[in-house]
Amino acid sequence: MSIQVEHVTKRFGTFTVLDDVTLRVEAGELVALLGPSGCGKTTLLRILAGLERPDQGRIFLHGAEVTDQRITERRVGFVFQHYALFRHMTVAENVAFGLTVQPRAQRPSATRIQEKVRELLTLVQLQAMADRYPSQLSGGQRQRVALARALAVEPKLLLLDEPFGALDAKVRKELRRWLRRLHDELHITGILVTHDQEEALEAADRVVVMHQGHVEQIGTPDDVYEHPASPFVYQFLGDVNVFHGRTVQERTLADIPPLPEVDSVVSADVMDEHEVTFVRPHDLEVNRSRTNPSQLEATVRYVLTAGSRVRLELTAEDSGQTIEVELTKERYRELNLREGEVVFVHPRHRQVFKIPQS
Amino acid sequence: MNTSIIAAGKDLQWKDSLTTESSLVRRLLIAAAFLYLTLFLFVPLVAIFSEALKHGLSGYIESFFNEDALAAIRLTLLVAAVAVPLNAVFGVAAAWAIAKFEFVGKQALITLIDMPLAVSPVIAGLIYVLLFGAQGWLGTWLAEHDIKIIFALPGIVLATIFVTVPFVARELIPLMQSQGREEEEAAITLGASGWQMFRRVTLPNIKWSLLYGVILCNARAMGEFGAVSVVSGHIRGLTNTMPLHVEILYNEYNAVSAFAVASLLTLLAIVTLSAKVLIERKTASPDRLKSRR
Repeated sequence: MSIQVEHVTKRFGTFTVLDDVTLRVEAGELVALLGPSGCGKTTLLRILAGLERPDQGRIFLHGAEVTDQRITERRVGFVFQHYALFRHMTVAENVAFGLTVQPRAQRPSATRIQEKVRELLTLVQLQAMADRYPSQLSGGQRQRVALARALAVEPKLLLLDEPFGALDAKVRKELRRWLRRLHDELHITGILVTHDQEEALEAADRVVVMHQGHVEQIGTPDDVYEHPASPFVYQFLGDVNVFHGRTVQERTLADIPPLPEVDSVVSADVMDEHEVTFVRPHDLEVNRSRTNPSQLEATVRYVLTAGSRVRLELTAEDSGQTIEVELTKERYRELNLREGEVVFVHPRHRQVFKIPQS
Repeated sequence: MNTSIIAAGKDLQWKDSLTTESSLVRRLLIAAAFLYLTLFLFVPLVAIFSEALKHGLSGYIESFFNEDALAAIRLTLLVAAVAVPLNAVFGVAAAWAIAKFEFVGKQALITLIDMPLAVSPVIAGLIYVLLFGAQGWLGTWLAEHDIKIIFALPGIVLATIFVTVPFVARELIPLMQSQGREEEEAAITLGASGWQMFRRVTLPNIKWSLLYGVILCNARAMGEFGAVSVVSGHIRGLTNTMPLHVEILYNEYNAVSAFAVASLLTLLAIVTLSAKVLIERKTASPDRLKSRR
């Protein structure tokens, strides 16, 4: 089922949570709404489900407008961050709930419901837990029950509100891979709300990055990671070093270092724009000696060797700015760096955003 | 190995003395608490039953089998049968509204619900006399239409409802607030109607607290004296509830009957407290009980 969101605005009191959001999700896609807390992603999800009503704008599901349709008529499955399992019902009763509340005419027979519950519990690998109560399950198991419960009514659309947010890192990783496989099997249109960029990039077909009620960028995970459309997206998707400077009119030098001081030295002829340069920590080249005049001189403050890569924290010699660098273990061994030593840094890739001077 | 056990023992003692008072102080405090409760609660309780049974079991039973006593018991049960369900329904509705929705005047509603606890019951009775009494605001109109409220059953029911309003609502509000709205929202997204959601999700989640509130509400409804005394008019066989009947008997120096009827109210209190303890046990460990089922 395709989803079309047109110019949706939502305010809580004087606070604008969603500001003119327009968005399209194709049938069968799994789309992630990604953004920091308070960016409006959960509100958008609740509006799609019918749990909230937009102040302005329209919602279409599969081409038909549902803006004023009641939640029960929309046939959406909703999975809550804190599971929202019925605590006084067993796992099987929880999964069966959506079927047992159907009008008598549409309701499947008791044996058919039982069968269906068994199928769903097999799908989420919890057959053995059918008679347990939610409080006897782990967080990951509970969320799988919640998913089975949502799937029981065969929704056309599955909405997941930070479904793995309350789980520990390892379970989270397992579950999001499992969710991706499940989605590939069922071909159900899905929207996943998350503030975890790794989760969004790994699980979703497309990522919608949101910030302060606006959509900042929509694209495939590769797109948004490799070609961030705005400084916010760049900063939100992974670690980044930010260098401030002003735009130089003639950008003939291909390798202007990301340093304001050097920039202004190259040419005094500057435009009236603020320039921000973004460099990912792994895109910084570190050398022991100066090989290029535009390299930036910095002192090694800390070396963190735990993990698959080595992280360095440097202090720029002239500006005092802290710079984060990520090196492979091999490169680190080659350089044989100690804390307190002086190195020369140079970006392999960088992205420059121009921000009009306020 | 021995030394480690001794060391552990010492360790325990050492911790003990750090976090608690000396054993002498502890024993004194416990003894004081028991003495106080015995003096002010247990002895009167025993006195009620011993006075009631002073003239043997036959005298005790006789106290109930006269018209006035039976009428008082009947009236008390009737008043409770009206007031308790009404307050249970109102309590659930009010608690639901307060716990799950934001609206203007929410704080005022909470304060209003608490008011009967702060107001003296006599004042509660007087309010109704002022409103519905012969000289009250609506007195003439009521007299013209031949509606009797004061010195009649409606007045007693109204006064009882007034004093028992907070019990169910106050029991439910904190519970419903802590439970939040997510389960109900989940039920709705799964296609449940409002009534299905209430019956299958909301109600099962609050049933023990609701029952607890109803028990407390009932105990108060049956035992209420002050408010009912003002509006009842003490008409024997007509507007005397059990507590009022006890007072009348006592004033007539009919101590045995007075204590016998009082013992019935006391038994009600004991049953109420037992039920409360049972429910508290059930709510304290729902998971353990469930897994045993």
